[in-house]
Amino acid sequence: MARIVGSIMSTHVPAIANALERHDEADPYWKPFFDGYEAVHSWLDEVQPDVAVIFHNDHGMNFFLDKMPTFAVGCAPEYRHGDEGWGIPTVDPYPGHPDLSWHLVEVLVGDEFDITTCQEMLVDHAVTNPMKLLWPGGGVPIVPVTVNTVMFPYPSAKRCFALGEAIGRAISSYDVEPDLRVVIVGSGGLSHQLEGKRAGFINKSFDLRFVESLTDDPRWVTQFSGEDLVKETGSQGVELLMWLAARAALGGSVRRVTWNYHIPISNTAAGTLVLEPAA
Amino acid sequence: MGENTERHGIPGTIIFDGAEAKRGYGLNKMCFSFNEEANRNAFLADEDGYCRRYGLTDAQRDAIRGRDVLALLEHGGHPYYLAKFAGIFHLDVQDLGAMQTGLSKEEFKARLVEAGR
Repeated sequence: MARIVGSIMSTHVPAIANALERHDEADPYWKPFFDGYEAVHSWLDEVQPDVAVIFHNDHGMNFFLDKMPTFAVGCAPEYRHGDEGWGIPTVDPYPGHPDLSWHLVEVLVGDEFDITTCQEMLVDHAVTNPMKLLWPGGGVPIVPVTVNTVMFPYPSAKRCFALGEAIGRAISSYDVEPDLRVVIVGSGGLSHQLEGKRAGFINKSFDLRFVESLTDDPRWVTQFSGEDLVKETGSQGVELLMWLAARAALGGSVRRVTWNYHIPISNTAAGTLVLEPAA
Repeated sequence: MGENTERHGIPGTIIFDGAEAKRGYGLNKMCFSFNEEANRNAFLADEDGYCRRYGLTDAQRDAIRGRDVLALLEHGGHPYYLAKFAGIFHLDVQDLGAMQTGLSKEEFKARLVEAGR
């Protein structure tokens, strides 16, 4: 059976792509952020995943308001990075893993998750930036799982946790490649808000409490409604739902491998976290 | 207090719900089209004509003309699509943050640094 080696949670702020293009890793503004990835790279060298299942949110790339699925699973042979309109460099397409995708679809629908399947899917910085940060020299095939944080109502934290759990179980029952090593990625967060008079909102104490809960009490954040989460973390801070799903996929007890938190990157409280199943 | 804040109770924040999605549909559809370079160029070549194609309301048209982000939000604009409009003018999220909060960009950035202390 396939095995989940762990979950990586990472901010996906667009400006990261520009900083990487300029080779700004050692710049004083960027260094405290990029330094957080050294331990991630060492861990990836150890666990050697074959494929990444990425929880992400779309930012007006693959989905428009004409059709907005709550949960979508990419089943494409490859995922192309589209022109985002505001000028970050596009990257080469990432290969998919359609066999694993379709297995996830079968199990999720069997588990009564009413998901949308996508045999074509454009991806944006929410996929490309974590990929560049985690695998600067290449990458692994991907299975993107999109969670709606564009238009209210969003899926509840409780539901995102259940989705993550179901995906964890589905991966564990994938027997086509019994030795397949899967890494989960939760893309986004932490607290930030881009728009309105409250633009620039950051909530350090909530972020830290949330990250602590992922190890000690992973269902803690499921007590909050969608509105509560916007209030506590900012309009885009709700991307913590991706972190939550990525944590839930690991099941029971976890061990924290590395954690880095830095304010600000662009308008965002940037977080990088790796969790692995406790032995 | 705007009607959205009355519905959701989060000051300085418009929750993009069904009412906003309906109100902003044409505006957001236009901004979504700016994912394509040809459309960005068509907008720059004939802004009025381009806005007409998407059936913007007068208030939305005025807000586009005035590059008025808060007004665009008030009239149903979604930040992810508006970002593509702002990108045409090379405005980044910190320029937009400053514009919306009435701060200079330096003041806005300083406030973010302060949030980390």
